[in-house]
Amino acid sequence: MIPGVAADFSNDWLWVSAIKAVLIVVFLLTSVLFAIWFERKVVARMQVRPGPNWHGPFGLLQSLADAMKLLLKEDVNVTRADKVVYLLAPMISVFCALLVFAVIPFGPEVTIPFTDYTTPAQLTDFPVAVLYVLACASLGVYGIVLGGWSSGSTYPLLGSVRSTAQVISYELAMGLSLVSVFIMAGSMSTSQIVASQAGIWWFLPLLPAFVVYVISMIGETNRLPFDLPEAEGELVSGYMTEYSSMKFAWFFLAEYINMLNVSAVATTLFLGGWRAPWPLSAIADGALNTGWWPVLWFLVKLWAVMFVFVWVRGTLLRLRYDQFMKFGWKVLIPVALGWVVVLSVFQYLGLSGVTRTQLVVGVLVAAAVVIALVWFWPSKDAGAKAGRAEALDADPAAPGVVDAFAAGFPVPPLPGQSLPPSPRARRHVHSTAVDRPEETR
Amino acid sequence: MTATGGEAALFWVLAPLMVLASLGLLVARKAVHAAICVMFVMVCLAILYVAQEAPFLGVVQVVVYTGAVMMLFLFVLMLVGIDAADSLTETIRGQRWIGVLLGVGLAVVLLGVISRAAFPPAVGLAEANAVTNPVALARLMFSEYVLAMEVVGVLLVTAALAGLVLTHRRRLSSRPTQRALAAAKVAALPEGKTITPLPAPGVYAQNNAMDTPALGPDGRPLEHSVPRVLRIRGQQRSATAVLAAEETLVGRELAEAGLLTAEADPPGTSSGTSTGLDSDGPDSDGPAPDGPATDEEGR
Repeated sequence: MIPGVAADFSNDWLWVSAIKAVLIVVFLLTSVLFAIWFERKVVARMQVRPGPNWHGPFGLLQSLADAMKLLLKEDVNVTRADKVVYLLAPMISVFCALLVFAVIPFGPEVTIPFTDYTTPAQLTDFPVAVLYVLACASLGVYGIVLGGWSSGSTYPLLGSVRSTAQVISYELAMGLSLVSVFIMAGSMSTSQIVASQAGIWWFLPLLPAFVVYVISMIGETNRLPFDLPEAEGELVSGYMTEYSSMKFAWFFLAEYINMLNVSAVATTLFLGGWRAPWPLSAIADGALNTGWWPVLWFLVKLWAVMFVFVWVRGTLLRLRYDQFMKFGWKVLIPVALGWVVVLSVFQYLGLSGVTRTQLVVGVLVAAAVVIALVWFWPSKDAGAKAGRAEALDADPAAPGVVDAFAAGFPVPPLPGQSLPPSPRARRHVHSTAVDRPEETR
Repeated sequence: MTATGGEAALFWVLAPLMVLASLGLLVARKAVHAAICVMFVMVCLAILYVAQEAPFLGVVQVVVYTGAVMMLFLFVLMLVGIDAADSLTETIRGQRWIGVLLGVGLAVVLLGVISRAAFPPAVGLAEANAVTNPVALARLMFSEYVLAMEVVGVLLVTAALAGLVLTHRRRLSSRPTQRALAAAKVAALPEGKTITPLPAPGVYAQNNAMDTPALGPDGRPLEHSVPRVLRIRGQQRSATAVLAAEETLVGRELAEAGLLTAEADPPGTSSGTSTGLDSDGPDSDGPAPDGPATDEEGR
């Protein structure tokens, strides 16, 4: 038994771990096939069209057909590519994406049917499991970055540069939102965090952190509205423009596995992991939280978060790059930081003997004081607006004349005004040559 | 210095690979290859940390150094471009020999120290990790070394602030909002400006370059569909010339197929094609002297 970890892996021999690892890979690959179908179908229904419905029942085999097509396509190697890195990049992406599910608990101890052998429904766990997830995610980005760089082409390079900046900024917010779960659960091991949610799932008391996590997980996986590294309107396909056939398929696979990864982390850390939802968890004294039932609850929650991914994609437009970075650095990170500070103060007060009623009363009083201050604060706005209007009235722009250095700053002419000839210009400026095209409009 | 079983096997697999990657860092010509080698060494180092019962240090090594610091390095390196390789010319004379000499000296010193050092068995690992590695580490850092942690934190914040201050620029004017830009566009309508983007240049059967104007709904060329710079330089082609050139080509093909009589053939197919390829001139409007020609003069 590993200290600081709720799950008990002392029964697991090497071959048990090997079987679990193979099962996880099989689960991920089939889930990706299903996820592609799911996404296409849901987006199609949101856009009032049927979506894939030709291959197999409900079009379920459409992704299989697409995968076969990708396998059989010609593998084009770009001449200007850096061969080794070009091949290495998709491998890094997929490899790192496959690593994350090793620490995700699918359920508590399960008994293998027809035997009395019990084992946790989880490959492994250790005291820093959630940090390990973050490490895998940050390594996986190297696939995108190196792929874009090694293609030897402009758009992929731009895509990978964007991806670098995006990941650095959104991983900060993601890490900070996870910190509040660590504070509440008192552990970074996934099984311990699920065990700590027996009373209440963390997304309710930690709602701000959950919101920050959901936003940053979409940014982390390069999904709409944050898919700037592969914005097809601007960068063709971003970092995977020059990839074809199986190498492209690997990137594609990694993207969908990453979606499953972050959804599983959201489920485990915020949505109670494998625990049954409230009315069901009360049935028969928690019988639905034992045996194989928890795997079902875990999968239901996982696909609910996946649905949020598709829903957001079907609803929101892609952000402009500067708005996106501004949002990450000026909104998400400060909010996440502030929330961690607030939570730490509350934990400290709770540990030093302040009761819950006292805390609630204190929060209400503080909120009332803040609202009163905002309400009764003398407004400066009215005076400032009047002053600005006066200034505009007092200084009407005289047509045709422009003060090129008003208030000491260089001022460009407004439409209808023209610059006075510069004293430094020796030659006569041909204003007619510049103005002529404007006349024809 | 005696590791057993799995740990020893892990070490003897990883250590040669790490040495190779470190040598790769030295000999790699491209900066990004060197960065990949460093990344590999860092990840292997993290694995060794975890194997030595320091999981927190190992994972944080990957998250912070590989995930953030190396990524920032790579961010800068990538902007250098794929073909950029280090130049091997010596800027300081004899630099290479001095470097080799110092390196050999360091190696000799290190080898001397390591060969004479004694490695007693490690003590205290079990007690240190009794309450799990991260908890023990946290207790140590936030009780015994809390002052050092605070000082380092203040130092880092100061450095970050300095970075902000040094790169800060004051805006000379307030940032225009989207609403203000939209209002300005509408206000400029009476001066002949448009709200919409300018029309794209024309696409013809044989020509879709930037210098050929598109045709409006009335069939006249839209002058402002050609970039302003080309118009000022006089480098735009006339749409009529392009169309005429295409017509002569069609005519020539028809004539070659024997479908056209001699009198319907335009005068001089070769001159027709040359006007299409040249920049426009007054004579190039010859084959089709209608509406667009007058528009050309009006400009």
